[in-house]
Amino acid sequence: MADTTPVLEIDHVSLRFGGIKALTDVQFDVRPRELFSIIGPNGAGKTSMLNCISGRYKPTEGRVVFKGQDITGRSPNDRASLGIGRTFQNLALFGHMSVLDNIMVGRHHLLKNNFITGALYWIGGAQKEELEHRRKVEDIIDFLEIQHVRKAMAGTLSYGLRKRVELARAMAIEPDLILLDEPMAGMNLEEKEDMARFIVDLNEEWGMTVVMIEHDMGVVMDISHRVMVLDFGKQIAIGLPEDVRANDHVKKAYLGEEDEFIEALERETGDLKEDA
Amino acid sequence: MATAMARPCGEFETNYRGDQRVFPSRGSAFWVVGSIVILALLPLGLPALLGAGNVALGVIASSAVMIAALYVLKIYFGVTMGNVLAIAIPGAALFAMQPDGLTPYWTDQLILIGCYGVAALGLNILVGFTGQISLGHAAFFGFGAFASAYLSNNHGIPVVLSIPLAGAMTTLVGMIVGIPAARIKGLYLAIATLASQFILFDFFNRAEWFTGGSAGSLAESFTLFGWYLGSADRYIYVVLFWVVVMYLLATNLMRSRDGRALVALRDHYLSAEIMGINLTKYRVLSFGISSFYAGIGGALYGHYLGYVSVESFDILLSIQFLGMIIIGGLGSIAGSLMGTGFMLMLPEAMETVVSVAGSMGLADTTALITALAFLKEMAIGLAIVLFLIFEPDGLAHRWQLIKAYWKLYPFSY
Ligand SMILES: Nc1ncnc2c1ncn2[C@@H]1O[C@H](COP(=O)(O)OP(=O)(O)OP(=O)(O)O)[C@@H](O)[C@H]1O
Ligand SMILES: [Mg+2]
Repeated sequence: MADTTPVLEIDHVSLRFGGIKALTDVQFDVRPRELFSIIGPNGAGKTSMLNCISGRYKPTEGRVVFKGQDITGRSPNDRASLGIGRTFQNLALFGHMSVLDNIMVGRHHLLKNNFITGALYWIGGAQKEELEHRRKVEDIIDFLEIQHVRKAMAGTLSYGLRKRVELARAMAIEPDLILLDEPMAGMNLEEKEDMARFIVDLNEEWGMTVVMIEHDMGVVMDISHRVMVLDFGKQIAIGLPEDVRANDHVKKAYLGEEDEFIEALERETGDLKEDA
Repeated sequence: MATAMARPCGEFETNYRGDQRVFPSRGSAFWVVGSIVILALLPLGLPALLGAGNVALGVIASSAVMIAALYVLKIYFGVTMGNVLAIAIPGAALFAMQPDGLTPYWTDQLILIGCYGVAALGLNILVGFTGQISLGHAAFFGFGAFASAYLSNNHGIPVVLSIPLAGAMTTLVGMIVGIPAARIKGLYLAIATLASQFILFDFFNRAEWFTGGSAGSLAESFTLFGWYLGSADRYIYVVLFWVVVMYLLATNLMRSRDGRALVALRDHYLSAEIMGINLTKYRVLSFGISSFYAGIGGALYGHYLGYVSVESFDILLSIQFLGMIIIGGLGSIAGSLMGTGFMLMLPEAMETVVSVAGSMGLADTTALITALAFLKEMAIGLAIVLFLIFEPDGLAHRWQLIKAYWKLYPFSY
């Protein structure tokens, strides 16, 4: 990794919902072409962290810096053109659109035609543009091996395929940074292996920087460059997979062993919850 | 949307251009264009013209003309002869039934279906495709009618131009109404649009300079470079032209960037936003587009009647518009026209049933005719309810199923 100026800097981000501290003073950065994973128990604040990056939530404190630019206040729909794409933990495809159209929606910010030139289609270049982008979309379809469901309604697909189409749609944004929220949840072993391979290729061949949330520790430790562990909204470890695995706090957070640090965290968030 | 059903094994294309045509298959393209050709031939009264007094001869001669036209289309679209026959036979039957051109009654019905059908398509873009709701569509329809009459009466703008201009003016009004709509949803939006219905209705009553107030205003007849097209048998072509153009534009819109954005907004607005779609912009835009369609439909309607009056644009019409798209199929372009046809023909069909029943002595006609006025209203309500229960996807979906049935017969899939 020659260029080490971070793609993403999370600068002391905290997020509160009333009395609930979803995130407390989280700080990390993601380097270009890195595959960065966030792990942690349920309710640890992982999705909230992604939501702060993609603009769904605005941090209560702290800044989100993307490619050197403070984007904390930017609206979510601006961030696609800045170069951030994402998938969702709970499937969020456009159920009544074909797979092809779903992926084409990802190219929204790259398309130039508006409702007038679009309606005129043959005059004004909309057709030409559609065809050019269709070609790009087909590359993604080939890469993710979803050719056979191109024309199917997204809502009718199996769970594993929908996850893949969602990835395709996020890739269509052509983002520099792609955020994946549990891309392998609910998949069988074979589907998981496929997905892990896609994510590695995405990172290595397509050159995208990846931030991934995943519960499957095997996969995370296997493919990630660096891992961050959240628990009760706090960052309890960050580093190389093997270091994180060896970290005492992490072991305890996951294996349920007693640990003063974790218990302190628990008390803190718990008290606040009661206040709310 | 459910077009894939009619192509059991798909129709394979060798390039992306072929895969992204207006119509999902060559067969459906042929059907639509063929029907337009027949519709365009009917009002000419070819049988009477060509037969010179002999109706049978005339029907044969005009059917020959029609088949020749269809044959050219067959070659162009590359469909089978079966397709040609499937629409030529009903076409010939229509020639036989209406040898002198369309009767005034049918001309009138078709023109009205055209005017309302354009407006209904607009509402479908808003409700069916974007997932918003509007209870004020009739007011925009009315605004288009008044605006076009106003422009041609007071500013000497020819009707050909005043119709699209009225559409543009209605777009502006629709977008103003749409601005609060960007922030509210569901029931609140329904109430807000209901309010705009009443506000505009009240405005029509008061703004005498614009609408002639409660007296209404006259609307000039349609002429094209001095060529009079105001009579129903000519005006039907004007309406046909606008219907074809507006439906084509909508089809194109829905297969390009902004149309997809509208559907994305409907299906999952949170992920639409992440895909870079500005929710506010597209919600307002949807109102604008839908009002444009309402404005064009209303303007066509006004110049057809020659007289525009406030009462025609009440809340009842707004609800009828909703009925049309529910019956035709929410989110279906072709369904908008089917639903409009169904909605307008339903009361007429009931009238026919009553008069037939009366003439056969099956019922007391005078009592029934007095009840008919209420029955018509009830039938519309009943039709909407029945469709919501038994055919929530509308006529367009049923049509797809019927087509698929014929294609696949005797297999069920
Ligand atoms: N919109 C919200 N309003 C209130 N509380 C919220 C909201 N979103 C998240 N939270 C709270 O923030 C905490 C963290 O939630 P988050 O969804 O980020 O967890 P997670 O780590 O993604 O968990 P999981 O593994 O189950 O997906 C939870 O206590 C949750 O209840
Ligand atoms: Mg989560």
